Amino acid sequence: MSIAAISLPRFSRRVLPGFGLSLGFTLAYLGLIVLIPLGAAFIKAAGLSWADFLTAVASPRVLASYRVSFGISLLAALVNGVFGGILAWVLVRYTFPGRRVVDALVDLPFALPTAVAGIALAAIYSKNGWAGQWLEPLWVGTVHRLAGWIPWVDWQGWLGKTIAFDRAGIFLALTFVGLPFVVRTLQPVLAELEPELEEAAATLGANRWQTMTRVILPELMPALITGFALAFARALGEYGSVVFIAGNMPMHSEITPLLIITKLEQYDYRGATAIAVVMLVTSFVLLLLINLLQKWSRRYYRV
Amino acid sequence: MSVQVDNIRKTFGPYTALDDVSLQVKSGQLTALLGPSGSGKTTLLRIIAGLEYADEGSGRIQFHGEDVTEMPAGKRKVGFVFQHYALFKHMSVFENIAFGLRVRRENRPPEAEIADRVHKLLKLVQLADLGGRYPHQLSGGQRQRIALARALAVEPEVLLLDEPFGALDAKVRKELRRWLRQFHDEIGLTTVFVTHDQEEALEIADEVVIMNQAKIEQIGTPQEVYDRPATPFVYQFLGNVNVLRAQVLAEARARKPGSIAFESEGQVYVRPHDIEIVPYAPDQPGIAAVLRYIHAAGPQARLTLEQVQTRETVEVETSRVTLAGLDLKVGDLVNLRLRQAHSFTDDYTI
Repeated sequence: MSIAAISLPRFSRRVLPGFGLSLGFTLAYLGLIVLIPLGAAFIKAAGLSWADFLTAVASPRVLASYRVSFGISLLAALVNGVFGGILAWVLVRYTFPGRRVVDALVDLPFALPTAVAGIALAAIYSKNGWAGQWLEPLWVGTVHRLAGWIPWVDWQGWLGKTIAFDRAGIFLALTFVGLPFVVRTLQPVLAELEPELEEAAATLGANRWQTMTRVILPELMPALITGFALAFARALGEYGSVVFIAGNMPMHSEITPLLIITKLEQYDYRGATAIAVVMLVTSFVLLLLINLLQKWSRRYYRV
Repeated sequence: MSVQVDNIRKTFGPYTALDDVSLQVKSGQLTALLGPSGSGKTTLLRIIAGLEYADEGSGRIQFHGEDVTEMPAGKRKVGFVFQHYALFKHMSVFENIAFGLRVRRENRPPEAEIADRVHKLLKLVQLADLGGRYPHQLSGGQRQRIALARALAVEPEVLLLDEPFGALDAKVRKELRRWLRQFHDEIGLTTVFVTHDQEEALEIADEVVIMNQAKIEQIGTPQEVYDRPATPFVYQFLGNVNVLRAQVLAEARARKPGSIAFESEGQVYVRPHDIEIVPYAPDQPGIAAVLRYIHAAGPQARLTLEQVQTRETVEVETSRVTLAGLDLKVGDLVNLRLRQAHSFTDDYTI
């Protein structure tokens, strides 16, 4: 038997034409929009010596900004996971007057220029703002009381002194920008969740809480993780809204994107790209981990 | 455990799903709720299960004399099987079956007993080796049997199945419904299942409840409802039927010497296999008709004829041997005689 007889045809015929064209377009597009700019950051940062790189990315002020950025982004995404989940649940499960308005409002953080959001949040939550005049004393009091109960934790260092122009403000801004991601990823999944699953659980004697935790939440988990990852990624990169409400105190409420801008303004392009590279790699690793988690949570759905 | 349904009414907005329905399901029987879609059969099943509540002040549901009208589904001791299985996708087959035992607050069995009961149930539904699989790894028939095992795990006193074979292909469907009948005979649980497939209902049920437009049309054994349909709807719904004008019948009978000519308006129902074909003779009683088509595939031959007088078609079923004996061709003129027919005021034979 000759080899030629068993060699496969070079191109298998496809029913849907245009694979080559669309793949080529996709790669060219991704290259121009995503890969080349990111690659440029790496090349620029590579111009630094190892020692200079380390000073740029591991100075105490920069390290503090990583903690602020990653920590508060994570917290905001977690809170969005919970409250965005409840919001999506209410929007899908119940009909009430004004539901469509609420539904439309969810998209606002997508559309609103984030600087506007930051300024608005800062104005509302500052000491003299509409909400701030009531909430700030409450917040300050809570922090104070916590410090009284558990004195060995530096509560003021962790939580800040005020709402606006402090860490709590960063948290508010990041929650604001991340909310629609969770709601919009959960909504279609919730809408398609079979009501029979809940009914089956009910006939088997499960109460509402058991049905929720053992049946509904596991079914929603993959979508919830996706929404969480999107909100987290968005929060990490957020700049516009945060700088107006963060107070931007070095070592305390300075986010990493702000440090990058600061360095740029000082014409320290290499230092700026070095920090950007660290942000990129860390975000990439975190998102990869979240994706693996998501894959694991979908392990039952392989067909 | 007997199930007693008294004067249940259910409306969804302007739409009436159940209109004053009463029903008695005898203990240990396999009962079919049969009807076209929209007849209210599923709603009735769901009200019995407690997944839906009847309209305020309409009537009562009793299980063995105990009023359960207001009782939530989880307390009624019913097992419910859904058309699309509703298995928990994120749980193994084992965990699916164990679910009802694990969520118990009081007298939750110890782990060893749970495992023991799940394995017994898996054996009962003949899927003993599949405990570790996930629902997506099973075929439709297997999934439905797991759903049944899950429903049985809580030791229900009534088993309710909503179109249990509806999502399966024809062959599996037939196998599974025979299996369900055998299974029912083994465990003897009071069982109610909903179906729109009359063949399915007539084949396996002890009693058939035929529903149409929010009402029960007839309740009876399969043979009773097939042979003695109570209403024109039941006649049409259970198998093929010819609807003839009573006028034609009266005239056909009048040709028989000595028989009485009587006036009759309305319609007469006759099954295709209750019509006999005889060679045409002008002085003999019978309905004159012309043979139009012969469909001879299958065990029985089906003939389509056209009545000479009204030009309406009549379907006739006859054995292929009889057909060969008659030596008919398309276009031949014949006489039709009715062995059995219903007019819902009187029975006719010619």
